[in-house]
Order: sequence, then structure tokens, then C-alpha cells
Amino acid sequence: MRSPPIPEMATQEVQLNETLAHLKTESETLKTKLEEERAKLHDVELHQVAEKVEALGQFVMKTRRTLKGHGNKVLCMDWCKDKRRIVSSSQDGKVIVWDAFTTNKEHAVTMPCTWVMACAYAPSGCAVACGGLDNKCSVYPLSLDKNENLAAKKKSVAMHTNYLSACSFTNSDMQILTSSGDGTCALWDVESGQLLQSFHGHAADVLCLDLAPSETGNTFVSGGCDKKANVWDMRSGQCIQSFETHESDINSVRYYPSGDAFASGSDDATCRLYDLRADREVAIYSKESIIFGVSSVDFSLSGRLLFGGYNDYTINVWDVLKGTRVSILFGHENRVSTLRVSPDGTAFCTGSWDHTLRIWA
Amino acid sequence: MTINTLAKGELRREQMSCFQKMEKVVVAMQDPDIGIKMRNQRLLITVIPHAMTGLDIITWLVQKYRISEEEALHLGGMLLKYGYVYPLKEPRCLVLQPDESPYRFQTPYFWTSTRWPATELDYAIYLAKKNIRKQGELMEYERERYSLLHKRINHTWDFVVMQAREQLRASKQRRKADRIVLECQEQAYWLINRSPVRSVQLHHCTTQRTILHYIIEAFRRALGRNRVKSSVCLEGFVNYSEQYQNHDPIMQGCLPSNPWISDDTAYWSMNSEIVPIPTRLRVESWSFSFVELLSDPMGRREFMTYLEKEFSAENLCFWQACEDIRHGESSKIPEKVDDVYQNFLAPGATRWVNIDSKTMAKTLEGIKSPHRFVLDDAQMHIYFLMKKDSYPRYLKSELYKNLLAKAVVPQESKKSVFPFMRRQRHSSPSPAQAVAPATEEDGCAVSNSAV
Repeated sequence: MRSPPIPEMATQEVQLNETLAHLKTESETLKTKLEEERAKLHDVELHQVAEKVEALGQFVMKTRRTLKGHGNKVLCMDWCKDKRRIVSSSQDGKVIVWDAFTTNKEHAVTMPCTWVMACAYAPSGCAVACGGLDNKCSVYPLSLDKNENLAAKKKSVAMHTNYLSACSFTNSDMQILTSSGDGTCALWDVESGQLLQSFHGHAADVLCLDLAPSETGNTFVSGGCDKKANVWDMRSGQCIQSFETHESDINSVRYYPSGDAFASGSDDATCRLYDLRADREVAIYSKESIIFGVSSVDFSLSGRLLFGGYNDYTINVWDVLKGTRVSILFGHENRVSTLRVSPDGTAFCTGSWDHTLRIWA
Repeated sequence: MTINTLAKGELRREQMSCFQKMEKVVVAMQDPDIGIKMRNQRLLITVIPHAMTGLDIITWLVQKYRISEEEALHLGGMLLKYGYVYPLKEPRCLVLQPDESPYRFQTPYFWTSTRWPATELDYAIYLAKKNIRKQGELMEYERERYSLLHKRINHTWDFVVMQAREQLRASKQRRKADRIVLECQEQAYWLINRSPVRSVQLHHCTTQRTILHYIIEAFRRALGRNRVKSSVCLEGFVNYSEQYQNHDPIMQGCLPSNPWISDDTAYWSMNSEIVPIPTRLRVESWSFSFVELLSDPMGRREFMTYLEKEFSAENLCFWQACEDIRHGESSKIPEKVDDVYQNFLAPGATRWVNIDSKTMAKTLEGIKSPHRFVLDDAQMHIYFLMKKDSYPRYLKSELYKNLLAKAVVPQESKKSVFPFMRRQRHSSPSPAQAVAPATEEDGCAVSNSAV
């Protein structure tokens, strides 16, 4: 499978006539039309619907574990399906697998590049994927033999023409989805390294992605420096929905647990919720006193809470339904760069430029 | 914010919008009516006008933004860190003190956003001034940079020294208080804006035209979409959150205890993939949606047992086989598709699945050139068949009801007798061990997943 063909053009003349300016105008016109269509069915706000819901009480969450060991900024982390292990990657090129419960380090790999911006745990728990400034995504099988050099078994899977910003295994160890500074996302076959599908439509670096937990499991969402969040069909490579309401780069996207919506976090210091059936933005999570960008977002298991890691070192906890800020958590001594809730929702993990990771519960 | 921003050290959109917001805050803080009440502050023997205390800043932020003192301390600290406010007593201490420590607003001339980029030349002149004014006044790191700069921009060094001398002469003509203020402002500025480190530039090119084509196509498709009214969609969120609230450990806690808080992994052992008796919450969740049932290996196994009783287990087996093709190795696809055909689709197959004739015809045609998604339509047909028919009946069955009745509700852990003694945190077997292969038919998965 390859990328979808560029729309057919009747003749050479038409091709030449379509100047860049003409295309841009057409794009803008369509965008305005789409916004009008979306507004027609918007009859109520989320917080209005949520008025009848009981307000949340006092909220106490603390750091329960601090994972020290990285020599530089932590850029990314991911949970293992076993609910206690994590993989993290750092600016110094190191990728570490931890048992976060005991805080023991179990594996460490040194990448041949610095700024390992993306890492992911395989669903089986038997491998990790990572990449960054090397423009690649590589898979490392995890061996229990302490003497084995993990780097020797490394498998290069993805190749982009610019840095790798995010990666994720799909439902198995056999396929990886990547996003890159080259403006594209791509689906790869791990075994052969073959490109299965590529996704074009972002006009700038793509910074993040998340796979949909839907029944038919065939879509994913990506966010980029073009301020857009795009929803893609993995089979056809087409962009099926697009949202552009943020005022700056989108650093993080995450699906609501039911798969009917997703949240985004941006440099414009807001988080937003987009409903996929209503096809529009339905909530903005912001506060005047919150000035710094959001690097990473994730939902609690029920989807009632949204956690955001911010560039001012804090974590803000939002009531998704009512739109209010429930709590602010302090602890990190530099930017929070990554945040993920554990698979069973018992805790969430943050990684920071202060070289540490923290588990909060 | 991208790696490009970080590597080049450039001031980009991300930082600009932050600076603009911080500037709004400090402008409001200096408003003659609603801002902070300024007073004169003593600094050694000099009186500095228009200053305020750390406590003033925090109190104002608390009132204006309706936030806690802790958050105001944090926000005020950011203003300090980015040079919008500077301390008079200890210039290098960029932590906001919630007491009588004196602070001043940085003049807009020295705001990071207006003075970007802080050039090497400016920095050299500043360091030269310090050096000339008083020997030994440069700090170690400043001395290092001074000599580095001297090497790097040696060709303009005469200009640097001349400028420095001129500026010093001009400042001598000012009143002492003004001079001190200006020196403070300048020092504060350079503490924040020391010369950035040069780094490798990263480029990428996009063919704008191609991208625009994709975007336009996407818009056209989007316009053709069916949309649902907001009122309908948004109710969905309220209902979902309500349904799952008891299952959300962060919201409601979990029984017997949250392992991260109590150091006791009982919660994980009780909920591992295969247990003799599952928890009540777990069995309940299978009734929330078909997806919830299927994604739990134990749920799937129970459902398989039920289907076997109903003589329709081939549906679930078929579905699982299709999943395996969709997510498995590319090289095995042709072989697996053929297996599926032999077992489930061929006329007279032992476990023939009941698919409508149109889908069957399309599928049989498709498997002549097998690919990853060739069975998608058939799989979806069977999935919805199970969801609409077998699943609701399963939930009403004796099998399910008995399991629900037997399911355990764990007791909340008693608090430790010795609350200050931490429980020992036990390791768990790593999933990276070799896993015994799962067999599809009996839905029995043997795994080494932790606890």
C-alpha cells in the first residue's frame, strides 16, 4: 500500500494554472464552509450538559516513586501492559526500561544519536521501539541475559527524512506507527521494515499521535506544528477529519477512553477536547494564570479527569465534563515533557527535563 | 515547540506567546489603579523608588487570579525566572521570596521579547564595562566567556572597549539612585539572557503544493460527513464517566488498595489475566460493551465457553483468526488466509461461518490475492453478529450470572500496624521472558504477565 494519489488533473494547462495562491484560497474557502457546517448542529455546551453531574471533591495526589538514572532531559516514556514497567528515553541518547514499582532499572540501551524523542513499549512486553534525531525508529528486543548487548539485536524499522517525534505499536508487536518532523506519519511492518502506508496532510512537523481504541481499530489522530489535529484512516491513508482551533503547535493528542473524542495539548497553554461524532471542538481547558505550554496530556480511566504536563514544571488536573481545574501538582524542577496514565489507571507517570521520572497516585 | 526551536535556541511562536502573556501580567501588576502599591525600598544606603516586596507580588497574584499561595509563588517565580521582575538584594537568587525582600519590575527596554536576540556584541560590551569598572568583578563563568568572546570577535574588540568606556562615562553623569537602578536592570537582563550556545540547524522542505492538494481533498471529504448534534454526543461523555467512575482507581480508589500507595501488589494479583475467581468490578465491566468483554482475555474465554454451549463458537474463532492476520507478521499472511479459508469459508468447512452472500462473494474473490485487510468485511460482519445476538444473550445467561455472583469484592487493606514501616516492594517476572504460545481454540492464554 502506498500513499493516496494526488487528485487527478484534467490537463497540463489546468496544472499550470493552479498557482499556489489559488490553492491556498481554495483551502481557506473550504475551511470556512466546514466551520459553518459544524456550527449548525452545535446546540449545547459540554459544561451545560454537565451541570447535573456532581462536582469533584478535594484532590490529593502525590509523587509515589521518583526514578533517577537519566543523565539528561527525559523526553518520552511509555507503560508496559503489565501496569508496572515503563520505558523512558532521554536527550543523552539513553533508553531505560524500569520496573517503576521497585524503581529498579532492568535494561538500558545507548542509542547512536542524542535527543531520543520517542519511545514505546511493545504490547507483548518483549521489545521497545525508539528514535529521534537519527530520523529512524528502531526496535530492540528485550533480553533477560544480562550479558547480552541489546544494541546488537537492534532492528531498524522506520526511515523518515527528519526527526522522529513519536512512535506507537499498533495492537501487536508487528506494526509501528510513527510521526516525524518531515510532516508525515507512517505505518511500518516491523518484520520487514516495509512502509505499509504513509499519511500526508500536515503542513509542518508532526509532533504527536495516538491510536484509537475503537471497535474496528482502524484510525489514529496526529497533532502538528501547523496547529492541526488530523484523524486518519489507517487502511486508505486518507485524512478523514481535521481540526484547527489551537493557536500554536499541538504537542500532544490522546483519545478519550471510549474513542468518541480526543484531547490535545498545545503551546498556546490550553488543552482542548474534540468530539468525533459532532465533528467539532467541544471544550477548552484554560486559565488566565496558566501561561506556559502543555507538553503532554492523558485521561484517567473513566475519562472524567484530564492530566496535563506543562512547560512551567507543573501538572494541572482538569474536570473534563465541567471544564474546571481540579488541582495543580508541583514537584518537578524543570519542564514536564511527557505524561502517561498507567494501563489500569492506578497512577500516572511524568518525565521531565529535570532528568527524573515520577509516578503519581 | 519542535527540536528546531530547541536546537537553534531561537525565539519562536511558543516562547513569544508565553512572553506576551507574562507581559500582560506585569503590565496589570503595574497598573496605577489595580496594580501593586509601590514604595521606596532601601538597598544598603540608597533608596530605590518604585519597588515592592515578594509578599506584595504573591498577595496580588492570589487576588487577581483566584489561586492558592503555592501557585502564586510558582507563577511569580516564573516572572522572576524570565526577567520581568528582578530582586534587589540578591540578584542571582531567582527564587521568589514570600517576605519583605525587595523586587522591581524590569524596564520594557530589557524585556526578553523586545531585545531578542541578545547579541554577542552587546554581551561583550556589558562584560567589558564590568571589567573596566572594577577589576575582579567578573564571575568565573563571565571571565571564561569574556576571553572566548575576545577570541571570537577579536576584529571588533576596539569597538567593544570604546563603547564600554563611553557607556560608563555617560552613567557617571546620572544620579546615584538612577545609576544603581540601571545597573540592576542590565545585570538582571544578562543573568537571564547569557549568550545562547550555537547549535546545528535542522531544515526540512515540504512541497507546499502537494500538501495543499491533500488538505483540500480532506476538506472536501469532511464536508460530506454526517454529523451528530452536540446534545446527543455530549450526553455520551456524562454517561461514560458515570458508568466507569467506580472503575477509575484515581477517582474512587481501588480495593484492596492502590499498589503505588500501599506498596501491596494484591490489587494486581487479583486482577491478573487468568484468576480462579475474578473481581466483581471486572465481571461487571463486561456488561458495559462488547469491546470491554473481548479485550479482557478472561472475558473472551468465558464468552467462548458460552458460545460452545450454543454451538456458535466458530464465530469467535473466526474473529480471532482475522485479528491475528490483521496484526501479525506480513510474511505469514498468505498462509494464514488460506487456513482461514479452509477452516471457516470453504463450502463444507468444518467451522463454517454464516456470512451474507454478498460479503462472502467479495471475500472469496479478494482472498485470491491475499493482503492484510482482505478479511475485514467478513470479520466485521461476524463481529456485529456476535455483538447484536450472542453478546446480549450471554449477559442474560446463567453462566454470566453465576460468575457475577461468585465474583469477589476485595476487602480494603487494613492500615499497617506500623505506619512508618514501608512494605517490601517485590519484583515481578519480566514479560520479556519467553512466553508459551497461546492457543486460539480454547481461548486459553498462558502468559507471564506480572503479578
